Amino acid sequence: MAIPVVYNLRSVRQRWTSAVVAVLGIAGTVGVFVAMLSLAHGFKATLVSSGSPDNAMVRRAGSTSEMDSSVSLDQIKILEDAPGVARGANGPLVTAETVVIAPFPLRSTGTDANVQIRGVSEKSLEVRRQVKMVQGRFFHPGVAELIVGHNAVNTYSGLTMGSRVNFGGGTWTVVGVFDAGGSAFDSEVWCDARVLNQIYHRPENIFQSVTVHLTSADALKEFKDALVSNPQLTVDVSREVEYYDKQSRTLTTLITTLGGIVAAIMGIGAIFGALNTMYSAVAERSREIATLRALGFGSGSVVFSFTIEALVISFIGGALGCIAVLPLNGLTTGAMNWQTFSHLAFAFKITPPLLLGGIIFALVMGVLGGIFPAIRAARQPVAPALRGL
Amino acid sequence: MKFGGLMFANLFRKKLRLTLTIGSFAVALMLFGFLAVVKTAFSGGVEIAGADRLVVINRVSIIQPLPLSYMDKISRMPGVKGITHANWFGGVYQDERNFFPQFAVDVSTWRQMYPEFKLSDEEWNNFVKDRQGAIAGAATAKRFGWKVGDRIPIKGTFLPGVWEFNLDGIYHGSRQADDESQFWFQWDLFEEKVPDRLKGNIGWYTVRVDNPDDSLRVARTIDAEFANSPYETHTDTEKAFAAGWVKQFGNIEFLILTIGAVVFFTLLLVTGNTMAIAVRERTGELAVLKAIGYSDRFVLFLVLLESLVIALIGGGFGLLCAKGLTLLGDPTHGMLPVFYLPTKAMLTGLIAALLVGIASGILPAVGAMRLRVVNALRRV
Amino acid sequence: MVRVDGAGTSSLIRVRGLDKKYYRGGEEIHVLQELNLDVDEGDFVAFMGPSGSGKTTLLNLLGGLDVPSAGSITVAGDEITHMSRGTLTEWRARHVGFIFQMYNLIPVLTAYQNVELPLLLTKLSRAERRKHVETALGVVGLADRMHHFPRQLSGGQEQRVTIARAIVSDPTFLLCDEPTGDLDRKSADEIMGLLLTLVKQYKKTVLMVTHDPVVAERADVTLHLDKGVLVEAGKLEAFSGGAR
Repeated sequence: MAIPVVYNLRSVRQRWTSAVVAVLGIAGTVGVFVAMLSLAHGFKATLVSSGSPDNAMVRRAGSTSEMDSSVSLDQIKILEDAPGVARGANGPLVTAETVVIAPFPLRSTGTDANVQIRGVSEKSLEVRRQVKMVQGRFFHPGVAELIVGHNAVNTYSGLTMGSRVNFGGGTWTVVGVFDAGGSAFDSEVWCDARVLNQIYHRPENIFQSVTVHLTSADALKEFKDALVSNPQLTVDVSREVEYYDKQSRTLTTLITTLGGIVAAIMGIGAIFGALNTMYSAVAERSREIATLRALGFGSGSVVFSFTIEALVISFIGGALGCIAVLPLNGLTTGAMNWQTFSHLAFAFKITPPLLLGGIIFALVMGVLGGIFPAIRAARQPVAPALRGL
Repeated sequence: MKFGGLMFANLFRKKLRLTLTIGSFAVALMLFGFLAVVKTAFSGGVEIAGADRLVVINRVSIIQPLPLSYMDKISRMPGVKGITHANWFGGVYQDERNFFPQFAVDVSTWRQMYPEFKLSDEEWNNFVKDRQGAIAGAATAKRFGWKVGDRIPIKGTFLPGVWEFNLDGIYHGSRQADDESQFWFQWDLFEEKVPDRLKGNIGWYTVRVDNPDDSLRVARTIDAEFANSPYETHTDTEKAFAAGWVKQFGNIEFLILTIGAVVFFTLLLVTGNTMAIAVRERTGELAVLKAIGYSDRFVLFLVLLESLVIALIGGGFGLLCAKGLTLLGDPTHGMLPVFYLPTKAMLTGLIAALLVGIASGILPAVGAMRLRVVNALRRV
Repeated sequence: MVRVDGAGTSSLIRVRGLDKKYYRGGEEIHVLQELNLDVDEGDFVAFMGPSGSGKTTLLNLLGGLDVPSAGSITVAGDEITHMSRGTLTEWRARHVGFIFQMYNLIPVLTAYQNVELPLLLTKLSRAERRKHVETALGVVGLADRMHHFPRQLSGGQEQRVTIARAIVSDPTFLLCDEPTGDLDRKSADEIMGLLLTLVKQYKKTVLMVTHDPVVAERADVTLHLDKGVLVEAGKLEAFSGGAR
């Protein structure tokens, strides 16, 4: 026979200060846990959404990122004709790009951070389908004009529409703002690749990477095989999504590792807090427990009853923690991408699975914090407890 | 003190509860220690940055090079005591995840610029004589099990091929916060192997000034000299450079402070509640103590002291655990340049623990002080 | 000699016109009304009365745990009703030995350590304290259980330790509030026997509150607390009556 749950609920309400303490302890832990994971998640999501499954990225063989890659115009002309390359009204959907970083002052602190400047071709918008102009227009080829990702506009000062910007030894005008669907490109500044090469004293016909829009996601194999078997090309081909996935790995690992350690330590602390609360509860209510058992409720019922009580407290704590961090969702922050040394704005991304994970974490803490006191409650000898000793 | 027996006996009243409360303090302070380690890892470099050193980079972008020819000009400027240069190599050793910084350095001027890095004269001289030589920091050498005399192959990234180096020496930092992860090799070798169009370029200069107070003026002089040239410079004190780098990581300090605050607030609640419960249980005894002739003030201090002892033991233990954690090494495998717990942080942590101990014990202690014997012993 | 008419002279404990009111639920309760009492050294007095009559209140006032609304209490020449809290606390330590019904012993301390508690407030050295403690435990017959914890002792033994503690600093008088309340008949007898020994053999002055007439029998005098004053009921010559 089970002890009526209403007994537990009313007991919790009567000793509400202790219950509040346990609830807040668990809420704090779950909050930090969810916040850290959503930070890592948001960062990863930003980078991953930068790639499309039906785009391929071509870089010099052996390069680890765009930064240390180089692809010549000759090579580009060869791969334009490879099988699997989609074609648009203006020819093969291929864009050759160069990436540099330049310092710009952050709006938040006034100090400089490195912005990723991407020299692109006119076909970029066709290759990168998720990018759309939302203000102004695309730059005119051959002119020192910039289009800016909408996160970059908000993160750095001096990048608004119509501003004149000095970097690289040249003066540029911002002629448009684009929205890249929450990907890394939203933190970038784009311009004409040839103009960039000129201003940065780079060889005219050498670019760092080529992004190709494929006819379909499955066409990757065909495309890759054709390039790899061609003796005139020494290139690496990867799906764009995988490239960005690898890029995010360093910082994601860092955040997840450090955040994981923090959450683990806090979790232990929360369990201690829960244990303390529950043991005190058992001690203060030993006469009631003894009465219940004298009335005929078995040890199993007592254990079950107290465990339920612990679960209720931890569930409330977990829910509270999740609710407390929800406002963070979508909040943008910035960090440096260790692999490109450029500043990247990304948002906390709280998803339902993450929240569920938080609640489960809370319940686990509750069970661990409740089961031992519950067993002690069930084992206390009845008679002395009734006498109030 | 003769009342010590009474206090300790009270502490051990319920061993489990004592353990849990000490455990709560230990956990909170362990977290505090860990956060201090992370903070130091990110910003430790700023604190120990050379007060008399400047960093000169290409103004357009840190990844752009500067001409070697600037070296002579800068070294002749008034206020400049010394100058050296380096290039970022960014190679891969065995696996992309085995990150450590690699620099091609100017052997004739490098060692004097960084006196905090120590190695024997013999090792350094062998390195100077060996064009394919290299010096590694103690942390990196330990991480990969390198010994002097080993041959280290590093795969170039933006420069092709596998470069092989002879490990001629291992340097040690002289302070806890010094970066022992660097890998130095000869710029002459670098210059020899780069394609022609990239020759004659260096990554950045480090300049030593005669007088640290003169830093800003010298920095401005350098930048003014090369303004409007194809390679404009941006010069900063080493400290400002390091600080700017840290700021780019994002608002780490704010994050750490927030977490720390949440943790300590929770700790305060838990221990405060536990102390309150513990004192409530002893109402009768405390009343009898007062009846016998123990003063109200005595009872106040008794309760407060118990709280402080728990805080001290738990907090001290937690900080030691955090210190122990640092001895296990960097969990991110080299992403953090230093990974240690500074003594100053440990002291701060201990004081914070004591403050929490006082705060959580004060209310129950005052309650015990104010306890009226007649009320406490009133029969139900 | 014990008197309640307020006419005694040179007594150890002298109470004159003691008044105590307190307020509960907006009502004023006049618990003690112009109460008088004289107790001499070596007297053993039992106070009895219905529940709520103010026996414990009287004991608390005599022991300096409470202050009266009016009147005076003089013990061995010291007038305690106007002493400050701090002074009163010190006075209690020196002059009063308390024996309550429960909570007397600190469970985490041994019998020895419990008895030693009042002595820690003095300037005696550890060796001197040990002598006093061992003597006191010897008097109550528990020298062999010195290092036991209260939970290892029976109810009667616990109260005996309490008594040892109450006498260890040689106080002026002992105050007992239902000392046998929680005990079975046999243990109660033992305690009462011990108290009598203290009075007869060691010339201690004992004031005791009880609701048990069998226990009260063992005292020299039983006084009833009725409508705020003490009324004689038993052996000695002080006049009774005078009820208001």
